Amino acid sequence: MSTIKEGLLYSESHEWVKVEGNVAVIGVSDFAQSEMGDITYVEIPDEDECVEAGEEFGALESVKTSSELYSPVSGRVLESNKELEDKPEMINEDPYNAWIIKVEMSDPKELDALMDAEAYSAIAK
Amino acid sequence: MTDQLKLTCLHEAHLSLGAKMSPFGGFDMPIQYSGIIDEHNAVRTKVGMFDVSHMGEIFISGKDATAFVNHIFTNDVSGMPDGKILYGMMLYPDGGTVDDLLVYKEFAPDSYLLIVNAANISKDCDWIMEQVGGYEVKVDNRSDEWGEIAIQGPEAEATVCSVLGLGDAASLNFYEFCNFQIDGRRVIVSRTGYTGEDGFEVYAPVDMTRLFWDKLLEAGVKPCGLGCRDTLRFEAGLPLYGDELSAEISPIMAGLGIFCKLDKPEFIGKEAIAAQKLAGPAKKIVGIEIQDKAIPRAGYPVELPDGSQVGVVTTGYHSISLDRSLCFALVDSAYSALDTVLCIRIRKRVFEGRVIKKRFYQTKYKK
Repeated sequence: MSTIKEGLLYSESHEWVKVEGNVAVIGVSDFAQSEMGDITYVEIPDEDECVEAGEEFGALESVKTSSELYSPVSGRVLESNKELEDKPEMINEDPYNAWIIKVEMSDPKELDALMDAEAYSAIAK
Repeated sequence: MTDQLKLTCLHEAHLSLGAKMSPFGGFDMPIQYSGIIDEHNAVRTKVGMFDVSHMGEIFISGKDATAFVNHIFTNDVSGMPDGKILYGMMLYPDGGTVDDLLVYKEFAPDSYLLIVNAANISKDCDWIMEQVGGYEVKVDNRSDEWGEIAIQGPEAEATVCSVLGLGDAASLNFYEFCNFQIDGRRVIVSRTGYTGEDGFEVYAPVDMTRLFWDKLLEAGVKPCGLGCRDTLRFEAGLPLYGDELSAEISPIMAGLGIFCKLDKPEFIGKEAIAAQKLAGPAKKIVGIEIQDKAIPRAGYPVELPDGSQVGVVTTGYHSISLDRSLCFALVDSAYSALDTVLCIRIRKRVFEGRVIKKRFYQTKYKK
């Protein structure tokens, strides 16, 4: 059974978004990490790169599979979590604290297309 | 591919352990229990057990058995002592691989046991039957009646002896087997495996296999899935049929020429293999290491620094035991020499690597 954290927004591709004013903090859900198994590598964009809603911005690799990461929102990367490069297992251990990138949103209305915890619970299984 | 998946005799046990299940070779098999890394490390440092009951057991006996097995098999079984095991392949006349397999020389004249890949059992049986012709042999596929557990790792010997009470197994060397009679039924124990570690494979009737599994579990032996079976065999430089051997990939291309005995009078595929060996194969399986944590996966293109494609990845991992990003790839032979710089395209990026020996991990067999 995977955990879905209340108060976050979720995408169909299993990323979560925590909204902090104009900034979207982005990670992957507990369901996503448990489906992947032991995560061994995280490919993340550099700061100042631009990401587009629905477009690939990086990837997760587990022992067995790789999985692209899709940005739930458009904007500029303010910060990427470099700690994950050395400790990718943080995503397995604590997926809702192991954020991947922080994005300065160019169009916060894109958040309306995301799901709340309850709606996401219908697809995270 | 809508055929119903087959279940091994340990299927219930996997479900009750909460294993992640997935189809493999026509069977619903456990991919992992506690996690691939944990299971992989258990085999490298202690002991782990695998349900490999999906593998096929085909018995060949009769007056012409030795000549017949030598006809269909690349290695040489003539003069093979009882209790010995040989690795090799069955080939098509063009040198493509029907399957790779183990041949056990039974403790009886003119009798052999062939252990074949699950996905190939019916293909192999059909192929073998088509070759019988005038040979006086009996071919008997008993795959459904035998369960098989692989017990692998530095503590495998102690485990097989003390937990299963199969003490005589300790005296076996690598690629030897012995028989036990338990409750009047035959159990086969061989010192073989697919992990690069010392280990055993225990073949028993299905109900006894369940009993063995439970005993091993009770003794704390870690159940290991096909996920780590693949990471372990990969590090040890061992091929998987379908990836590094296939109807299109001959043993010469795979670098397994030493298992094809060209000094035998004949075997199916011999002429093609001899010609390939002489002229050199057009493509070869090589090992490649890239200097990054990104992982080369099966199907990713292998390129020269100028961007032209010269091959494709067949298996790749970030090696658990070695902490290096490694792969096997099928590449044009012109680029197969050690230290050749080859690049791998991973998603949008290109990573530079070089050709290295395929045996990434120093194997620890008991010779």
